[in-house]
Amino acid sequence: MKAKITITLKNGVLDPQGKAIEGALAGLGFAGASDVRQGKVIELELEESDETAARAKAEEMCKKLLANPVMENYAIEIMA
Amino acid sequence: MKPAVIVFPASNCDRDAAAALEHATGKAPLMVWHGEASLPDTDFIILPGGFSYGDYLRSGAMAAKSPIMRAVIEKAKAGTPVIGICNGFQTLCETGLLPGALLRNSGLKFVCRNVTLQVENDRSMFTGAFQKGAYLDFPVAHHDGNYFADDETLTRLEGDGRIAFRYVDNPNGSARNIAGILNEAGNVLGMMPHPERVISPLLGGVDGAAFFKSVVEAAA
Repeated sequence: MKAKITITLKNGVLDPQGKAIEGALAGLGFAGASDVRQGKVIELELEESDETAARAKAEEMCKKLLANPVMENYAIEIMA
Repeated sequence: MKPAVIVFPASNCDRDAAAALEHATGKAPLMVWHGEASLPDTDFIILPGGFSYGDYLRSGAMAAKSPIMRAVIEKAKAGTPVIGICNGFQTLCETGLLPGALLRNSGLKFVCRNVTLQVENDRSMFTGAFQKGAYLDFPVAHHDGNYFADDETLTRLEGDGRIAFRYVDNPNGSARNIAGILNEAGNVLGMMPHPERVISPLLGGVDGAAFFKSVVEAAA
């Protein structure tokens, strides 16, 4: 199965890159875009064929390496 | 004293750290490759600056999971002194030996210049030779040096005297001007500035030599 993991900075964690993007969007004339936050997406193939098992494995990967709980949240999407 | 410097792929201050240790002890330290599963006989460990694993994923994230780090974590928990400088600090935070994380600099720019630090804790084994409030000039060179932890953690660090150094003029947005912190037991120090780069007037300063002398004397 395929896992798509979206990692974002927690609320309250300063995101200077998001701020810079917001500034650049405003500079291009896109008015009214606010609260820009930058994150990352990690996609991977898992050998598990069961969604629950695949999710559990992805969850463990997030906890051990992919995300840092001090500053980041993650969301896991499992696709067939 | 048998100091060791851990070398990761893309460490770039490992030899500076070795030179600083040699300057302070008169003897070259052990250099230990990150892929080793165990440490040689050592009683003092430095995680050097650099850009281990290209700063992929997060600064220090991969280094924290490299084979040698299991042994380093074990040693640190048993009381062996460990200093993480710059990328080494990021790595220590990623292992959980130190609380918090180093985020992208608030100004977004890579900051490479000398900064003035103030010694906040003069009782630690790393800073005992200095007076509280003493000024030290060390260079910084980093993109991700913005120390972050939740308010509760920051207040605990302050209350327990675990802030080793603060920036006089904060170069990166670090919470409460934090430049270096200690673990609870006081044997692990993480700091963004580079004392190993200022060990001789030829290198632009000698405050780093005083720092390493203090560390080596305390650990001996």
